Amino acid sequence: MTAGARAAAERAARDSYGRLVALLATSTGDLAQAEDALADAFERALTTWPADGVPRNPDAWLLTVARNRLRDVWRSAAARRWAPLDDARALAGPDGVDDVDPDAIEDRRLALLFVCAHPAIAPDVRTPLMMQTVLGLDSQVVARAFAVPPGAMQQRLVRAKRRIAATRIPFVVPDRRAMPERLPAVLEAVYGCAAVTWRQDGRALAGEAQHLAVVLASLLDDDAEAWALAALVTLSLARRQPGDAFVPLDEQDPATWDEHLVAEGESYLRRATRPGPPGRFRLEAAIQAVHCDRRRTGAVDWAALRTLYRALDAVAPSLGSRTALAAVVGRLDGPDAGLAALPPEPAPAFQPWWAARADLLARAGRRQEAKDAFARAAELSDDEAVRDYLEARRRSG
Amino acid sequence: MRYTILLHYPEMTPEDLGEGGWEEGEREFSAYAATLQAAGVLVGAEVLQPSSSTTTLRTVDGVLQVQDGPFADTKEQLGGTFVLDVPDLDAALDWAKRAPSVGWGAVEVRPGATHTVDGVWVPNA
Repeated sequence: MTAGARAAAERAARDSYGRLVALLATSTGDLAQAEDALADAFERALTTWPADGVPRNPDAWLLTVARNRLRDVWRSAAARRWAPLDDARALAGPDGVDDVDPDAIEDRRLALLFVCAHPAIAPDVRTPLMMQTVLGLDSQVVARAFAVPPGAMQQRLVRAKRRIAATRIPFVVPDRRAMPERLPAVLEAVYGCAAVTWRQDGRALAGEAQHLAVVLASLLDDDAEAWALAALVTLSLARRQPGDAFVPLDEQDPATWDEHLVAEGESYLRRATRPGPPGRFRLEAAIQAVHCDRRRTGAVDWAALRTLYRALDAVAPSLGSRTALAAVVGRLDGPDAGLAALPPEPAPAFQPWWAARADLLARAGRRQEAKDAFARAAELSDDEAVRDYLEARRRSG
Repeated sequence: MRYTILLHYPEMTPEDLGEGGWEEGEREFSAYAATLQAAGVLVGAEVLQPSSSTTTLRTVDGVLQVQDGPFADTKEQLGGTFVLDVPDLDAALDWAKRAPSVGWGAVEVRPGATHTVDGVWVPNA
């Protein structure tokens, strides 16, 4: 099996996993229990399938085994002490797992995504929860992506799942009224998944983050910002550079970009385009699309970037967008104008600000100041490849 | 599923609240309770007297001590509770958002573990 085929098979298996976890947890409200039952079912599959052959509908087989396993757990729990919480409801009630038709396995992953990004769940655990439950990634893999010790990550995840069950966060997609309030947190958490993959530690998961963003957009179907996020993540993935060295965007050779992913990202961006003011992710995706357009035109359209960054700064002002805008101004109107456009030195220190300042100082020919700023930017970076690049620029003066 | 909504807020006297302020607060609490009742979710509610009226007991080094004043001397004090019976956390949060004191103090939503019916403990469900 080629590496690509293996990755595709693994993805398909983990996709089923996410769907089945979502379905089992929807009927019980207990993610940890659903995951345990499913793990048992997978274990049984590993022993019985090689002997008896793979069932016609593997997902339905896994679901049935996991469902029976859940029922066993409830029975023994009920025998041990008074009915723990919703077990009785799940056994008897109309929401019970018995109603699941294994031949029509519905996709409840959207509800699961909303549970993971529920306001009652701490923001720093939302992305890891999605990666583990929806993408089916091992908690050790998740821990590595976030550069957190595996034990600490595992504990955070367990605590969050306990909280979901104990407070009874419902496994539902918010209605139209609650949607505008709830969706941004889901988009943010999926974006967070992509953001960790832009760091060296998480690079191996870049495909996963893109998959998650596309799953979210597909399940929501018609949300402009969700398609824009899928476009943003896909276009970033298309430009992922082979090898370990960091190459700044405008120095990358467009021939190394993945043209299929560029086309895919652009098609998502078209789905995100509609009348009315663009949202934050549409602007960020458009910025990526401008960079990708260098494949066709051979030049970076800095003026278009300035327009987009200005709009981004109006829609979602952040230190990051203002810093990026200053860098673009530096290319259009010269490094002095760029330095003037930089916001005042932020506290606490902000790595991209120091990197942008260093580059602008170097372009302005202020060599000693540039050296100092490159050193500061390198020191603040948590990515080894970026650090090496900044150190090299410091030395080359 | 039962949830208790705990209202914490800085304690105010009628004088602090000014002309009509106290009455307006009472009106808001009445309307809130009536709405919860009409929706069929209200189990019970209580607004407490100021913490200056409270007496706290605790055992220190094996000796039971009775002291005037609240358990914790904080700016915001527990001022009242509403016990609701609703399907899930989202429903509880929706009601909590409408609590009259949400504009001037923290509103805590906490699922119940067990409660008594005729003096017998029953698990929350």
